[in-house]
Amino acid sequence: MANKSQPFEYAPAPESRSIVDIKPSYGLFINGEFVDGTGKSFKTISPSTEEVLAEISEASDADVDLAVKAARRAYTRVWSKMSGAERGKYLFRIARIIQERAREFAVLESIDNGKPIKETRDVDVPTVAAHFFYYAGWADKLGYAGYGDDPQPLGVAGQVIPWNFPLLMLAWKIAPALACGNTVVLKPAETTPLTALLFAEVCQQADLPPGVVNIVTGAGGTGRAIVSHPDVNKVAFTGSTEVGKAIARAVAGTDKRVTLELGGKAANIVFDDAPVDQAVEGIVNGIFFNQGHVCCAGSRLLVQESIADEVLAKLKRRMKTLRVGDPLDKNTDIGAINSAEQLAKIRELSEIGEAEGAERWSPKCDLPSTGFWFPPTIFTGVSQAHRIAREEIFGPVLSVLTFRTPKEAIEKANNTPFGLSAGVWTEKGSLILWAASQLRAGVVWSNTFNRFDPASPFGGYKESGYGREGGRHGLEPYLKNDGAR
Amino acid sequence: MTTTNSTVSSVSEATASDAALRRFLHGLPGVDQVGAEQRAAGLGTRSIKTSAKAFAIDLAIQMVDLTTLEGSDTAGKVRTLAAKAMRPDPTDPTCPATAAVCVYPDMVPIAKKALKGSAVKVAAVATAFPSGRAALDIKLADTADAVEAGADEIDMVIDRGAFLSGRYLEVFEEIVAVKEACQGAHLKVIFETGELQTYDNVRRASWLAMLAGAHFIKTSTGKVQPAATLPVTLVMLEAVRDFREATGQMVGVKPAGGIRHSKDAIKYLVMVNEIAGEDWLDPDWFRFGASTLLNDLLMQRKKLTTGAYSGPDYVTLD
Amino acid sequence: MARLDVKKTYKLYIGGDFPRSESGRSYPVSKADGTFWANASQASRKDARDAVRAARAAFAGWSTKTAYNRGQVIYRIAEVAESRRDQFEAELRSAEAITAAQARTYVDAAIDRLVFYAGWADKIAQVVGGANPVSGPYLNHSAPEPSGVVAVVAPAGPLLGLVSVVAPVITTGNTCVVIASEPHPLTAITLAEVMATSDLPGGVVNVLTGSVAEIAPWLASHLDVNGLDLTGVTDPDLARTLEEAGAENLKRIRRPGLEDLLAPPPLDRMTKFLETKTVWHPMGV
Repeated sequence: MANKSQPFEYAPAPESRSIVDIKPSYGLFINGEFVDGTGKSFKTISPSTEEVLAEISEASDADVDLAVKAARRAYTRVWSKMSGAERGKYLFRIARIIQERAREFAVLESIDNGKPIKETRDVDVPTVAAHFFYYAGWADKLGYAGYGDDPQPLGVAGQVIPWNFPLLMLAWKIAPALACGNTVVLKPAETTPLTALLFAEVCQQADLPPGVVNIVTGAGGTGRAIVSHPDVNKVAFTGSTEVGKAIARAVAGTDKRVTLELGGKAANIVFDDAPVDQAVEGIVNGIFFNQGHVCCAGSRLLVQESIADEVLAKLKRRMKTLRVGDPLDKNTDIGAINSAEQLAKIRELSEIGEAEGAERWSPKCDLPSTGFWFPPTIFTGVSQAHRIAREEIFGPVLSVLTFRTPKEAIEKANNTPFGLSAGVWTEKGSLILWAASQLRAGVVWSNTFNRFDPASPFGGYKESGYGREGGRHGLEPYLKNDGAR
Repeated sequence: MTTTNSTVSSVSEATASDAALRRFLHGLPGVDQVGAEQRAAGLGTRSIKTSAKAFAIDLAIQMVDLTTLEGSDTAGKVRTLAAKAMRPDPTDPTCPATAAVCVYPDMVPIAKKALKGSAVKVAAVATAFPSGRAALDIKLADTADAVEAGADEIDMVIDRGAFLSGRYLEVFEEIVAVKEACQGAHLKVIFETGELQTYDNVRRASWLAMLAGAHFIKTSTGKVQPAATLPVTLVMLEAVRDFREATGQMVGVKPAGGIRHSKDAIKYLVMVNEIAGEDWLDPDWFRFGASTLLNDLLMQRKKLTTGAYSGPDYVTLD
Repeated sequence: MARLDVKKTYKLYIGGDFPRSESGRSYPVSKADGTFWANASQASRKDARDAVRAARAAFAGWSTKTAYNRGQVIYRIAEVAESRRDQFEAELRSAEAITAAQARTYVDAAIDRLVFYAGWADKIAQVVGGANPVSGPYLNHSAPEPSGVVAVVAPAGPLLGLVSVVAPVITTGNTCVVIASEPHPLTAITLAEVMATSDLPGGVVNVLTGSVAEIAPWLASHLDVNGLDLTGVTDPDLARTLEEAGAENLKRIRRPGLEDLLAPPPLDRMTKFLETKTVWHPMGV
């Protein structure tokens, strides 16, 4: 019998791992089959337990060359000749198989990445299926997209994706590329290769012609081999601004088309007439979703001075209810940091934040003893000059700044080389529209944050990269652009 | 204007005139519908298993205001309900009693008698329930009758017409008057949120009722659809949380109508836990206005103890 | 005795003014027949820096004018240019060994191109932006916004070449620094005189004359430049170097290459220097 005011402790509610079958080792997916790489291998681990999950091939230059050749062959002989309608049907098939195997993907992603099952199950995987479904429908309608009557594909796309949304970033890359008639060589991130390799199985189940999708695993060297391969027509990269710049330099003087989706330091602006409770949710979602491993994370809170105390009190109260722990527990809100390396970076910047004089606060939370963990953290008393207000931390760390007038808020928000996203909270419609028009960012979430949809273009201004993914705009990077007049 | 600075140094100020009260209520932060509903849905995905589920089910049983509010109510019906409230599962002495039975005022003496010696309270709906469309003196007489007959708790309805036409002070003064008529009885103020339509109105009604001295704020009569919903209850839980922050006073919350399944009840308890906090996880501060919910809770309770799914034949129909 | 000509001094066009190069340098420009025409200012890296500063200062005002207003200003440039058709024809014939008919074709095409872009100013957002049907209770729309300050290396073609690269960039709200065709800089300055008298705010277009190889690297590496149009770069090594330098702040870069200037221009002369902004807002009561 329940006693009065006894704490309501949620019992463990772990999602079963039995649905996934992780093999001891994986080869490369080239030309429709898994082959042994000629390079070394590396281990992928579960960041929540540090358990070794599998041995992964590190694709060598020669392996990458094989993959590009397979993609070229598939492009020339099959994929570029196929009607858009037929290409679309393959993508519809893939979308459906992902839906059918959704739980498997969600569990595997959660294990390999460390993110909560709640997010893989409710966000990542459904959005992946939706993305394939969306672009499937474009494949036979490209002539209506505004890029000429009969826009042509580019050829072979080399795609390099990050570890924060492994399967979702794969979908963002592969779906539009294939819809437009390109073939792909994709490299998943070193720390999160497993769902991409499971996706390779989906390609097999869908009877996708061999070579249309090639998955090569590896680290930076493999990525460079893809980017610099002379027979790659298009490079698509999501990841750090530093690597993005290196890619932009590497393709200089070539005919390769490039899209880059890079870092951010988004401002989330809360005006004094905001819907405060929803704004607090938006702040939490903005920085603690996916452990803050989000390029568009709302990592700078700009709150109007007159309500700063109230918002911070509510934010801290809300943060006390965040549940950090086992990614496979269905009640976990914040999972593991993806790697020891990333954890070290978050710790370092947080220590710098303290050393610079900002005040650090985290709710009391018991972190597991193995694995990589960082508690949800806010810094108050941050100024624009602090490194934690300028550099992307890519972790669950929020820098709080205040402002007095709308103009000041916008100036501070825009005072960064980044420009990926921004948030605005106010109940005043004209202020929302004004602020949205002033912010130099590719995505502006007003009275919401971190919403994603296959129909909605995503991408940055300034050093957050160029090109858009999603929506009609997401076709442009994969089509020759000489048709549009 | 903000919640904290607009309180309650200035309760008397806020309620000094219709204009002042309007300024106060319209100065509360807005509620974004989409955001509030997403938050409620997000909390609804919490997975409450094993020991947590057992805890929640027993707590939920203790929070039920077991309700019959039909024109066809009889003394017999009310007595059966009272028996059920005291011993929801006659086969299991560990099963807790419900918080209260909730009846029309004329049934209070019968309920009172049937519940004698138990801790189960008698709640009566009053003030021309469910529409609230009667003159104030009739509402007050209705209340006084119920209290005199022994009601421990009065569930009043606000004048939604007055509220929606912006006559906030009238609504406020009516609540104050009814509270006075309650004497010692606890006052629950029903908003009929299905008629208020917007979450902004729910938040304003919550503050209005709390300022007027309500012990509980309650969503619905059960006679209007939609009745209780998770997001409406979310907004009310935020209001009582903020009110305590501002004044130190706790106010209870009662969603009523439409909560039929244990799974739903558990979602409400998760919300109480994470929005208002564990102090509200107490029948003194959170209630369910329900009738069929209790049997589902009992069936789930049996499932947890026996491991097998129960059926309607194994719980009493009352 | 014939009257002695009063010759024009060709200077730079920066921030709406016509300064000489701060370096005090100039270089001789010849007519097609090899005879001396005039001395053009030879811009330095500091002139480039000043031009970027002027372009940045003009950006806020120009990019927030209504699209209708920008269209009117660009149409006004066409009107004023039309009144100088004869002068432009004469200049083109001096600069390039072409017939009067050819010169007329290029001048008319340049003026018509301005009219063409004047009409684009308030259409481009509808053509490349729009509503996105997301699966949730949100209003979601995408609209183009200018990238900022764009550095442009103009191709040969003293008038039509210049207009073809500058007009699309400013039509959408960018401001620019353009390096005129190195062998044919003078018409660019004449066009600048047109722009200076056409309601175009100072700093929206800044014209530098001089050595592309000397000035362009400073623009390509300038961190307050957002876009780089290499249309007029003819040396592949220089183009690669400039693209590499532009990578430092991820400039939007249009690689060298020139379409048939008399054909309808490709859309990406505008879209290359546009950002897409997508705004979300919930819908509820």
